[in-house]
Formats: sequence, structure tokens, C-alpha cells
Amino acid sequence: MAVSSPTQTSQVMNNVDAVRATLYDAMKNDPRTVILGEDVGARGNVFLITKDFAKEFGPQRVIDTPIAEASIVGIAIGMAMEGLRPIAEIQFADFIYPAFNQIVGEAAKTRYRSNGEYTCPLVIRTPYGGGVRGALSHSVSIEALFYHVPGLKILAPAFPADVKGLLNAAIDDPDPVLFLEHKKTYRLIKGEVPDGHYTIPIGKANVLKEGSALSVVSYGLYVHWALEAAQQLEQEGISVEVIDLRSIRPMDKTAILQSVEKTRKLLVVHEDNKFGGIGAEISAMVAEEALFSLDAPIRRHCAPDVPAMGYAEPLEHEYMSSPAKIAEAMRELARF
Amino acid sequence: MATTNRPSPPFERAGLSDEQLVGMLRTMLLQRMLENRGFQLNRQGKIPFASASEGHEGVQAGAAMAFARGRDLLFPYYRDLGLALGVGLTSYEVLLSLFARGSDQSGGRQFPHHYSSRRLGIATISSIIAAQLSHAVGAAYALRVRGEHGRAVLATFGDGATSEGEWHESLNFAAVHKLPVVFLCENNEWAISTPLAKQMGQPDIWRRAAGYGLPSTCVDGMDPVACYLAVSDALDRARTGGGPTLVEAKCYRFLSHTTDDDDRTYRSREEVEAHRRDDPVPNFERRLDEAGILSAEALERLKGELLAEINEATDRAEAMPYPGGEELYRNVYADSTDPWR
Repeated sequence: MAVSSPTQTSQVMNNVDAVRATLYDAMKNDPRTVILGEDVGARGNVFLITKDFAKEFGPQRVIDTPIAEASIVGIAIGMAMEGLRPIAEIQFADFIYPAFNQIVGEAAKTRYRSNGEYTCPLVIRTPYGGGVRGALSHSVSIEALFYHVPGLKILAPAFPADVKGLLNAAIDDPDPVLFLEHKKTYRLIKGEVPDGHYTIPIGKANVLKEGSALSVVSYGLYVHWALEAAQQLEQEGISVEVIDLRSIRPMDKTAILQSVEKTRKLLVVHEDNKFGGIGAEISAMVAEEALFSLDAPIRRHCAPDVPAMGYAEPLEHEYMSSPAKIAEAMRELARF
Repeated sequence: MATTNRPSPPFERAGLSDEQLVGMLRTMLLQRMLENRGFQLNRQGKIPFASASEGHEGVQAGAAMAFARGRDLLFPYYRDLGLALGVGLTSYEVLLSLFARGSDQSGGRQFPHHYSSRRLGIATISSIIAAQLSHAVGAAYALRVRGEHGRAVLATFGDGATSEGEWHESLNFAAVHKLPVVFLCENNEWAISTPLAKQMGQPDIWRRAAGYGLPSTCVDGMDPVACYLAVSDALDRARTGGGPTLVEAKCYRFLSHTTDDDDRTYRSREEVEAHRRDDPVPNFERRLDEAGILSAEALERLKGELLAEINEATDRAEAMPYPGGEELYRNVYADSTDPWR
């Protein structure tokens, strides 16, 4: 972690507080920063992330938009092209589909199609993920729909300190960044967050726990569950290495390969469904680069290939993994 | 401005000097001749593609004359060759784009007629219909946040764009915030092969502005002076805090949509010929002649100069190299193109 202050002080906060604190600093420190989205002003965002921002920074910089996701992103692109530093919010990741062209066809191609003459320094934040009884339209994972797209960067931090460091990096970045916040971790996950401005380099994974028997690569909520499962397996005498990707595009090949070459077994764990997911790309890369280092087939522990998790508790339960299910997937691979 | 459909005014100078009037005709002629050159080069097998704007010369020359170069921002669409020329793009730049040469502004990446230029205030666009309109609104918002009074954004589009949801979203947001933006619809009656009657329940796009609480006006898009006046009024209002306006300019697309289209498959020759009576180029030539501003002889000289300019630009652009294959990898991001770190 690149931390600027040598005399380090920190505060314990949860993920949602880390988002709020980082956005607040960005608004405070750079008059070019504007926040736009549904209910971000008077209401202060549905999770109260921008509560009182409109009062402090004025409605001109904290913009309650009409319910129109395509133009929330499109307007932010125009702002970015003309020198503002917009932070657009999509209220729930499930609502991002109307903005697909603006993200994929426009933001990701602004620099490219103008050969660098126009750029799009834009952050799109959105809460994603399940386990909160969000049903079909308040629980999806969207990363696989976007990580295919050159021109975009995609971040999915799991810990408050990473939320702050990576959100700062996203805001400073000269290109469009999709910033994914797992909503179940918003208040569940607490941690020390260094004071002052710092950034974490985009594209760097974090080895959360070292191990020797197998490598687990994950991101978001499941990082926490993978860590819990790894601690359980430690007591069973199985040493599991846990890697938090943090950044999905670009992705940290070095960290993954170093780990796999040490443990010789790879398990990818993610909440998104399996087919064509992030795990598919990681598996392909490891097969291309380190096949002969492997002692077992690569395994993916992911959601089933159904459209979404249902509202009914058993349907959500069936869709979501758990520390116990992840532990079982780890044991299976360890036994191979 | 009254929200009414103004009849085409009798020839008026609209406060424009002889030089400005001839300048508008020059832009119109250049647009038509350059477009013709694009089609020729395509038929000769020298370029893969060109698109058509014949019939849009009047509205584009008028709008370009109203645009304050160095101050206003333009978010055009791909049928705006004349508008781009009118705000300062050169024949040579157009030909570099047609030939997809490495020194084209986009480095040979963009389709023809997708110009961008920071120098001239022309934003970069895709081919996705109406996608540039929310960018225009965002840019207008940026002018507002920075307190840059006296500047405005001109966003243009065809009748086809008015069916897109983002057209609605953009006008609506601009109206909510009274942003300094002018929406100029170049209504040529055809969305490739789909006529107005299959695009909308009532054919007057300007009438929709009332639903957003916006002023609007409708002008004869074949009359460059009328278009200049309408766009100039609207831009002036935007620059002075009066908010957005929708301007509808009714024109016509005389040619097929692009070199890859064949309009004989969906519209009659009689319809096209009937509209030729309103062709903005010969009509404006005649009006300037009748007003004693540009004689027939002077017109021929002007056309000769333009042809020489285009010929010279064609030769010069054709002689330029293509981009090298390595250019494919540049400007994906500010930093590395590699998704793996």
C-alpha cells in the first residue's frame, strides 16, 4: 500500500464509511469534482453515502438526476471531456444496463477514437452483489459484462482501507473506472483506514494469507468468506493462500502466478456465475502460463448459471456460497 | 422566440455581410463537392466508404455561421460535413479521414465524417445515434460549473435520433437545469430507409419541446440565412443564461444514406426529384446572384478555386501513409494497454 503519511494514524470504519469519507475528501479538495446520480442529493444516497453533501457543496456539484441511467453516464462523459472530474453513481448495479452503450461504446472509446485528444476521467460507482435478499434486480454481479472491454478499468475492493486507496486512485485516474462496492460488505466489514490522502495502485492484488497447499483467488464479499474458510482449514492442517484481486481489469498476473507456482493448485472463488466469468479468464491465463506448475486441475467455485438469485430465502441460499461451502471446495482440491 | 413554425423568410441579409454570405455559399459548395469526391473515390475503389449529406448544406452553413469559433462547443453527428467545414475543418483534413491516413486526427481509426478537433471545439463522436447528446449536455453543465458565461454548446442530430431514449433524457436534463445548449435537428425525413411516418406519430419534432418546457423553432433547412437566424438566436439565448432551445430545420437527404446504401429500394425517384426544387445550393447561388452579391462569373471562379483546393488536398492526402499496425495499440489508456499486470 502506498501510504503518503510517515506518521501513520488511522480510524476504524466500515466499507460504506470509507466510500463516504473518500468522496467527501474528493469534493472538498477539488472543485472540479461533481457527484451525480439518483437520490444522491437531498436523500444523500440510498445508503446515506452522500448524506449532507448537497448542503455542504451545493446542488450544482451534488446532482439529483432524473431516473435515467444512460444519460447519468452520458452526461458524466460530457463533463469529463470538458474538464470536470465527475463521479457518477448507478444506484444499484442491476440498473446499469440502460447505460451499457455509454460505458462500453462511449466512455471506453473516448481516448481511443480521438487518438488521445479527448479523454474521459470518469468514475462510475455502484453497489453490487447479493446476500441481502435483493432478489433479481438488487443483487447482481456485473463485472463479467464489463471486464471484457478494453478502455475500462474495474475495481472491486473488499476492505475499507482498500476502498479508500482504490477509490482515490480511480478518482485520480485519467481513464474511466467502474468502481464496484459489494453492498453486503458495506456495514459488515470494518477495518483500519489510514488518515490522509493515499492511493493504492490499480492492478495490484493483495496476498491476504500465505499458504502452501493451494491458492484461492477471489474478490468482493467472497474474499472474506474465503479467508474465514482458510482459517478453518488451517486448523485441519491444510495451508491455504488467499489472494484478494481488488482490481479486475487490469488484473495482477504476477501475484496469481507467483502464488500458483508455489502452491501448485488453484481455486478461483466468485459470486458471479461461472460461465464466462472472471474465473474463466484467470483459469485460461494460468493454463497458458503455468500449466506444468500445476498438480491438479484448476477449480472454479462460482454461482450457478441461472439468471439471478431469487427473493425467497432458499433460492438466495442456493445461489450464494458460504464459508462452509468454500471450505469444502478447498478441501476437495487439497485432496486431489 | 415564439414556439411556432416560422415560414421561410424572403431573402434577407440577417445582418450578414457580403463576405459572410459568400462564405456560407463557399461552405455549401465545398461540402457538396467534397462529398462528391468521397463517392467518386469509393466508386474508384480507393476508399471503402463515404456517407451522404447532400441536401443538408443550407442548415449546416447557417448553423456554422452562428457558431462562435474558439468559444462554443460542437457535438455533431456523422452527417455534418458542412458544419465541420463551416467551423474550420479543412478539405485536407476531410480527405485524410476519407483515406484513413495515419495523420488523420483519429489516426485513421474513425469512419469518415466522424471528425473531432479540440482546436475547433468539435467533440469526438461514435456512430451510435443520439449518444452524443448527453455528452453535449454534460459539457454544457461543465461550462455552468466553471461559470463560463458567453459560451454555449451546439448539439446536432437527425430526425432518426429523436426516437432514441437518450434524446428524451438529454432534452429533459437540459431543461431541468436550463443549460447553455442548443439542440439542432436536421430533419431530412429519412432514417436510412424509414420515413418520418414510421418514426413518429406527428411529423413536427419542434412541437415536442413544449413537453419539456423548452422554447423551440422550426425553420426551412434549405435556407441558410433562415437557419443562421434561428441557430444564432438560440445560441445567443444559451450564451446569456436563457437556457436551451430545440431548433428543427426541415431539409432532405438527396442521396442514399451511404455508399453502401441504395435508396431506390425504399423511395421513389419522383419523391427525390420533387425535393430537388428546394436544393439549397443552386437556390442560394441564384439568390446571391439576384442580390448582386455574387455574379455567375464570380461563382464559376469560386467553384474552380474549390475544385483546385479539393484536387490538391486529394493528391496530398492520398500520398500520405496509412497508420502503422503498431498504432492499433496506442491511446487505449493513458498507461499500459495490457490487461495483465
